[in-house]
Amino acid sequence: MASGHPVTAEIHPAGQIVRYLQRLIEGNRQLADLWVSGEVADFREQSSGHIYFALRDAGAQLRCAFFRNRNAGQRDRLRNGAQVVVHGALSLHDRTGNLSFIVDFVQPAGTGALAAEFERRRAAFAEAGLFAEERKRPLPPYPAVIGVVTSPSGAALADVLTVLARRWPRARVLVQPTAVQGPGVAAEIAAAIRAVDAHAPDVVIVTRGGGSQEDLWAFNEEPVVRAIFGARAPVISAVGHETDTTLADLVADVRAPTPSAAAELATPDRGALLHRVAGLDGRLAVRITRTLDRAREALDLRRAALRRGLPSPAAHGERVTALTGRSGRAAAAALDRAGERLAAQERQLAALSPVRTLARGYAIVEGERGVVTSARAARAAPPGTLALRFHDGALPVEVRDGPPPRDTPDPGKGDR
Amino acid sequence: MTPASATPSPDPAAEPSFEDLYRELEAVTAELERGELPLARSLALYERGQELAAACRRLLDAAEQRVEELRATDDGGFER
Repeated sequence: MASGHPVTAEIHPAGQIVRYLQRLIEGNRQLADLWVSGEVADFREQSSGHIYFALRDAGAQLRCAFFRNRNAGQRDRLRNGAQVVVHGALSLHDRTGNLSFIVDFVQPAGTGALAAEFERRRAAFAEAGLFAEERKRPLPPYPAVIGVVTSPSGAALADVLTVLARRWPRARVLVQPTAVQGPGVAAEIAAAIRAVDAHAPDVVIVTRGGGSQEDLWAFNEEPVVRAIFGARAPVISAVGHETDTTLADLVADVRAPTPSAAAELATPDRGALLHRVAGLDGRLAVRITRTLDRAREALDLRRAALRRGLPSPAAHGERVTALTGRSGRAAAAALDRAGERLAAQERQLAALSPVRTLARGYAIVEGERGVVTSARAARAAPPGTLALRFHDGALPVEVRDGPPPRDTPDPGKGDR
Repeated sequence: MTPASATPSPDPAAEPSFEDLYRELEAVTAELERGELPLARSLALYERGQELAAACRRLLDAAEQRVEELRATDDGGFER
């Protein structure tokens, strides 16, 4: 029989046909990744935990199997009569010849195709531990190198660079350009994340601006999710608008609502840090000034005590007078040396800022516990405890009731 | 954007980080505020604190943003 003749002329064992169909069905990639809709019928749950049912619509039905290892938490979505959308793969059982649909995910009907696929992937990645809270890494407080993965032409990049320049210009910024939407772009985004991560940045920002669910879809693709999960640097994700959630957002160490917010989360605020340095600087100045004041007072007290303690010659014998006179002179000499040391230390202090700064016309507000750096703290201070420290001394001040000042930046705000 | 070669990054070993400077400044301030120190020690702490504060300011003031654009990855062209 020559090839090209009708196959029907041959006699085939049943098993050969079944296995041929099995290869045909199970080797077809589309049939292995299908969404199917219908009404649930013949729902059966076995003691083993496996669930069997049929999906019906007008005039046809598909046998479905939902095995125990896949159906956790989804059982309640199935009951006879329910309209559902299920995901799974077609399979032909060789011993029975039955065709069945092996289900791995169930959604109520009415869910859009993309939304259903999103939920399926979210469940699968969550089960694989990709979104686990305990693997979220903290962001470094003072990053030296910041990687940015985004479209080179998008507004997101401009927003990120503007915020980084304002808050933390010290950081070197490595921009890894990538397309962010379109077919096949997930692999490019994933490659971009790996490429920038290879430069060992302290933190990576993955971002793109808003768009439709289809526009953002690449950020739900497994290569992108895996690349973020596998990055050595902690990753901040800011994809789409605040109301959009992508799987990239869920797997990232930190999720930001916008590109600008991502840049803020990545960096400390330079202005707030300068403010904090000034606060410590002021506390040092107040403390050292008080220390010197006290040393001077102590010295004065000892001088006075010495003068009072010198016995009068009339009340004692000559020998005693000579002795006390000698020890009195020694004590006076020691005090003089202490006074010289104090004067030298005061000269040393005067050479240091900000005491000199104060001499240029600045003053520090002092409270009971050191420098007061905000109007809020000044208002909260008990009456009679505030003073203005000038270069040549302090003046008590009081806070009068009045309208709250309009322009009082809170040092705590904007500070990480 | 400036190319990387135009602004070589400073040797990290030669320059203490802001984090280190700030932490020491906090420690020096705390020690000085604890009090009960000899006057000379107080002054030494104060002087060190001034150096640290100045170094912190220099570090925060001197910076100018450096942005490097890395080469596009092998997967090719941009769609937007």
